Amino acid sequence: MRGRYRILLGMAAGVGKTYRMLQEGRQAQEEGRDVVIGYLEPHDRPETAALAVGLETVPRLRAQHGELELDEMDLDAVIRRAPELALVDELAHTNAPGMRNEKRYQDIDEILDAGIDVISTVNVQHLESLNDAIAELTEVRVRETFPDNVLEHADEVVLVDVTPEALRDRLRAGKVYAPERAEVALQNFFQVEKLSALRELALREVAEDVGQRRQAAVLDPLSQQAVSERVLALVEPQPKSQRIMRRAWRSAERLGGQLDAIWVRKPGHVLTEEERVSLAALRRLAVVLGAHFLEEEGDDLVQTVRRVAYERGTTYIFVGTPDESRRREVLKGSLLSALVRQLPGLDIRVVANRADRPEALT
Amino acid sequence: MIALVSVLAVALVVVGGIALWGRRPPRRRPFRRDARRILVPFEGRLDPSVLDAAIRIAQAEDAVLVPAYLLIVPLAYAEDSPLKDQVSVALPLLEAVEHAALRVGVPVDARIEKGRTLTHALKRLWQAERFDRIVAPAPVNGGGGFTEKQLAWLLTNAPAETLVLKPMPHAA
Repeated sequence: MRGRYRILLGMAAGVGKTYRMLQEGRQAQEEGRDVVIGYLEPHDRPETAALAVGLETVPRLRAQHGELELDEMDLDAVIRRAPELALVDELAHTNAPGMRNEKRYQDIDEILDAGIDVISTVNVQHLESLNDAIAELTEVRVRETFPDNVLEHADEVVLVDVTPEALRDRLRAGKVYAPERAEVALQNFFQVEKLSALRELALREVAEDVGQRRQAAVLDPLSQQAVSERVLALVEPQPKSQRIMRRAWRSAERLGGQLDAIWVRKPGHVLTEEERVSLAALRRLAVVLGAHFLEEEGDDLVQTVRRVAYERGTTYIFVGTPDESRRREVLKGSLLSALVRQLPGLDIRVVANRADRPEALT
Repeated sequence: MIALVSVLAVALVVVGGIALWGRRPPRRRPFRRDARRILVPFEGRLDPSVLDAAIRIAQAEDAVLVPAYLLIVPLAYAEDSPLKDQVSVALPLLEAVEHAALRVGVPVDARIEKGRTLTHALKRLWQAERFDRIVAPAPVNGGGGFTEKQLAWLLTNAPAETLVLKPMPHAA
């Protein structure tokens, strides 16, 4: 069985991630678990080094890179040692050339695959998707990045947080860097505005992570169907469908539900240039609105909508004013009546065409 | 003979009735396939005098008005992220623009387009569809409209005839 993965996320160096990792390791050891340090970056911080005393450390691997001798985590040794829990600092670290994996988060993946639990640490600025934003905020381009899905795949992401002012105090007290380096850092990366922005990013990242987990874990698909509204907008590649989709989105937002949009395409239907443009515009609108755009092929519009509505747990249907004449209504039946008959238990709303409003006709 | 006349009369009434009954409600200016398309891009707000002018041009040219709300995707988000907060601002504005145009019978085909910058969003828009004319609002009283730099870019890169409209300062 794969090990459990816990990531301690911080806004910047010095917030106490490594310290917290060691505290958690010690606590686990006191509870009787077999804990080792797979890799630790003590950063010459005496308090951190003191906390590591008493925890077994797997010897590092010495890698030669030109003139340089680099210390790396000995991945095979950690797996051979087979502890219950391994503490591995700095998951975004890039390994020395010649190591089996390029990045440390890949090493951690192998440790987890071996059934060992891992606690690791990282700063928010290493997150790949935030790389541009961080560079803009801090004027520092972070080279060591890790993909966002590392956070997504972790069992827990925990924010290690201090206020920007408290972090600057730690820096001034020499608890993060040596005094000469601390002074430079305070003037640059560790300015209050930059730290506040980084903190906001870290908080948001964890909040989004918690939100996703709650949705995925607490609400299984069945219960989600039961408690939430789901709106389905029936659209066609025509300009009027833009409004149908916008109205449907507003209702979905008010109801706190999801929005799907569906176009039922007749088999063999070939799009005209106007339809192609309208369809592409609808798809782009769906992306902006966070809606799911579905294109289904079917001879029978109502039956296709019925199938999709039940598959997706739709509770509310938005449809535009049908273009059918009353004669067609009598001879072939009205689309709206058919929807009402075929979709019992679903709310149906007709979105009017603004162009048909009396004041637009005068 | 009387019976035949009666049958014919009844048939005439029925056919006439069905024909009248089956008539669609009157529609004002449906979309014409070859209609000219006038793009009015904006962000945040659209000055009413610019909107009025754009509607008058569309009316005169029998064209479709395409108001396009441009959204900026912050760098912190992926380009295809949903932008719910910005969309909440954009939708009522687009509705108001649509309403103003439809009131005078100008067909509307509204858009929301996004990009990393306004010019990026614009470029995406005209890469995806054809426009015959672009009506760009100039800035006024420090609010709304394209900046001088953006207008210069627009005039250099726009693939269609471009009209820059500067509202009366006191009207804004």
